[in-house]
Amino acid sequence: MVKFRIRRYNGKKSYWQTFEVPAKRGMTVLEALYYIKENYDSSLAFRASCRMGICGSCAMKINDRPRLACETQVLTLGNTVKVEPLDNFKVIKDLITEFDEFFEKHKAVKPYLIRKNDNYAEPKELLQTPKELNEYYLFTLCIKCGACYSVCPAAATLDEYLGPAAMTAAYRFCADSRDEGQRERYQIASSPSGVWRCHLAMECSEVCPKNVEPAKAVQLLRRKTAFSILKSLLGW
Amino acid sequence: MEHDIVIVGAGIAGMRAAIAAAEKSRKLSIALIAKTYPIRCHSVCAEGGTAAVLREGDSFDLHAWDTVKGSDFLADQDAVEFFVRECPVEIIRLENWGCPWSRNEDGTIAQRPFGGHSFNRATYAKDRTGFHEVHTLYERMLMYDNIEIFPEYFITNLAIEDGRVQGVSAIHLKTGYMEFFQAKAVIFATGGAGRLYGFTTYSHQVTGDGLAIAYRNGIPLKDMEFFQFHPTGLIPSGILMTEGCRGEGGYLLNKNGERFMKKYAPEKMEVAPRDVVSRAMWTEIMEGRGFEGEYGPYIALDLRHLGEEKIEERLPLIRDAAIKFAGVDPVEEPIPVKPVAHYTMGGIDTNVRCETAVKGFFVAGECACVSIHGANRLGSNSTAECLVFGRVAGEVAAEYALNAEQGKISAEFRQKEEKRIFDDLLGKNGDESPYQIKKELNETMDNNMWIFREEKGLKEAVKKIQELKERYRNVEINDKSRGFNTDLTSAIEIGYMLDLAEVVAIGALKRKESRGAHYRLDYPKRDDENWLKHTIAYYTPEGPKFDYKPVVITKWEPVERKY
Ligand SMILES: Cc1cc2nc3c(=O)[nH]c(=O)nc-3n(C[C@H](O)[C@H](O)[C@H](O)COP(=O)(O)OP(=O)(O)OC[C@H]3O[C@@H](n4cnc5c(N)ncnc54)[C@H](O)[C@@H]3O)c2cc1C
Ligand code: SF4
Ligand code: FES
Repeated sequence: MVKFRIRRYNGKKSYWQTFEVPAKRGMTVLEALYYIKENYDSSLAFRASCRMGICGSCAMKINDRPRLACETQVLTLGNTVKVEPLDNFKVIKDLITEFDEFFEKHKAVKPYLIRKNDNYAEPKELLQTPKELNEYYLFTLCIKCGACYSVCPAAATLDEYLGPAAMTAAYRFCADSRDEGQRERYQIASSPSGVWRCHLAMECSEVCPKNVEPAKAVQLLRRKTAFSILKSLLGW
Repeated sequence: MEHDIVIVGAGIAGMRAAIAAAEKSRKLSIALIAKTYPIRCHSVCAEGGTAAVLREGDSFDLHAWDTVKGSDFLADQDAVEFFVRECPVEIIRLENWGCPWSRNEDGTIAQRPFGGHSFNRATYAKDRTGFHEVHTLYERMLMYDNIEIFPEYFITNLAIEDGRVQGVSAIHLKTGYMEFFQAKAVIFATGGAGRLYGFTTYSHQVTGDGLAIAYRNGIPLKDMEFFQFHPTGLIPSGILMTEGCRGEGGYLLNKNGERFMKKYAPEKMEVAPRDVVSRAMWTEIMEGRGFEGEYGPYIALDLRHLGEEKIEERLPLIRDAAIKFAGVDPVEEPIPVKPVAHYTMGGIDTNVRCETAVKGFFVAGECACVSIHGANRLGSNSTAECLVFGRVAGEVAAEYALNAEQGKISAEFRQKEEKRIFDDLLGKNGDESPYQIKKELNETMDNNMWIFREEKGLKEAVKKIQELKERYRNVEINDKSRGFNTDLTSAIEIGYMLDLAEVVAIGALKRKESRGAHYRLDYPKRDDENWLKHTIAYYTPEGPKFDYKPVVITKWEPVERKY
């Protein structure tokens, strides 16, 4: 039996509740939560879908560290497992947090290819070598789980800060050989809510379950942004 | 709320539909509603690839023939011919929108082989094809001001009044209140019904909601008895272990350490077609030659002889998944697997224009049955289907909406729907747990509607499902609150699943032949004389009523399906 201490919130008050779950090899924290919901307390609320670490629904704080519940084996955590909602996000109910703003911030960096000749009706294949692909591929792997944002000290102190995931998305498109929207994105990135807010704490990369290295993306974006400001100052 | 077009479902099909409609006219107001955030849809799980004829040596006829043969001749050939011609441009569009397709050295889009396809035509982005397609579509969608996204709205019903669609009702999960979306046209792209099964590769959210809602509103379901089983689902979760494991040389072993495939497919061994391998594995398990584990009998997928270097290079995600989800490192131990429910071939009856029996109501993606997959879908054809028919649905709905009157949902409908959900379901007392009912339903599906079916088991299943439906009337939802009440939505989903399970079971009982994924021990042969036809199921309060519809044959007369 493994003890699950879960931080709950019902819209009015928050409290801790403990459940005992019979855990065996192979059981994930997400499965334990389903076990609790289906056998002890069906009001327990959490998000989940893919249960294979790719949809980004189930990030939560497990034993003080943000992780994907579906990717975390119960038996690696000891006899007591503490589960809480992500920090830096407003809690809606139990482990479910407000994500609308997080997605708004992602949208704000124009996370799509920008091309002058966008031909919807008759698209033409654009070439991209494997080397060019590798320039940005790592940064496409972000599942928008919010783990990085939940530990980001800049996001904690400044609501407007776009955050590591959004910055990663901005860099991902700027580094894509097919893109022509760098200028617009550098402007957004160098705004007061952009890259210069980052404290270089690097914790985002530390907790990212997909090893996307958002801190690296922020640094690369800083370099590009600085260069582009310089360029415009010099009138190149 | 009022929109020109309401799209329910933000997977590959729904998002592609939204973009197509927005491209048709920037004046149309489009609502995209989903019970998850768009990038949390099930489509992100697709791993292997998306089929399309892109290169010399391949041809539309070849892709069509592979698909028809794979379908065991139950696909409508006019639909297949249309489908294969539309796939390539969709791949290029995604490319232009930023999809990180894997590339050849010369920078062109790369393709790989896939089961049942006689040309390397699966376009892929590493082994995260669906993930990248979803993210690309989502990001592209953000460019259109006339698409409004309503994430985490759980739809409960379709309003059909005066012989046309008027809109949908949905619970806004955050507040728990019901909202009504009025529209000229409604598109369902709500995905399959894989969670009917307990052991499945599907995401938790794939509960067949759209299928059940359409069905209850009198729109027929087609070919629901056909479910695909993939040979290698990871135990205990059911997560897919790609075909690539065997492609790279992995063995399937029974508890005696035998490569048993030599008895079933001496030439192809482990890389025989999916249905053959699944049946062989299940035979071994049934005859007592499976391993015994904490989670029941299983077969070993052994990669150890490939060595760490090759496993790391070719199957890194598989290693990662086996370690994370089963606590097994394939370099040191064989992976425990067994066949797993993987794809819903059936769906809401529709045509190549995504139209249905109701004016203004369109369907696309896995919830639809066009039908191009017939009795057995080929891998990589379903994401392609979502792209092609998502686009068609969006365009056809847009044309329709440009000339239609605004839908109006009557006060009567609103009151009835609120009462049905909040008073009759949430407010009610009872002594059944919806989760217990779901557990028993899953067991029934896994036992009686699995790879091998026969009359006795199917009859038992029908009886059991009818009993569960009775018990469901008496469920009680413990959580009586409004905001983010997943207890309520789970209970609604379970109600949907019971209706669908009944259609699957009775359809399977009636189909006295073996075709594609539907294998009857008591009727082991395909029977074209009597069964070369689609099953059509209509809702009645007493249970489904069945009818049949001929298969469209254009070029290819049915022949024996040999590989
Ligand atoms: C593990 C796995 C691997 C696969 N690999 C491949 C592959 O390599 N190639 C391939 O071609 N196919 C593959 N498939 C199949 C393919 O992924 C699916 O058929 C396809 O993604 C379905 O997409 P869709 O858009 O129809 O639905 P989905 O992606 O399932 O989306 C359904 C949408 O409907 C919404 N919805 C559902 N019910 C409601 C409701 N009540 N209210 C509001 N919204 C609702 C959901 O929130 C979601 O947004 C794979 C499937 C699995 C399980
Ligand atoms: S960068 Fe990593 S931690 Fe942050 S949202 Fe993306 S996947 Fe999650
Ligand atoms: S449930 Fe999808 S990432 Fe965990």
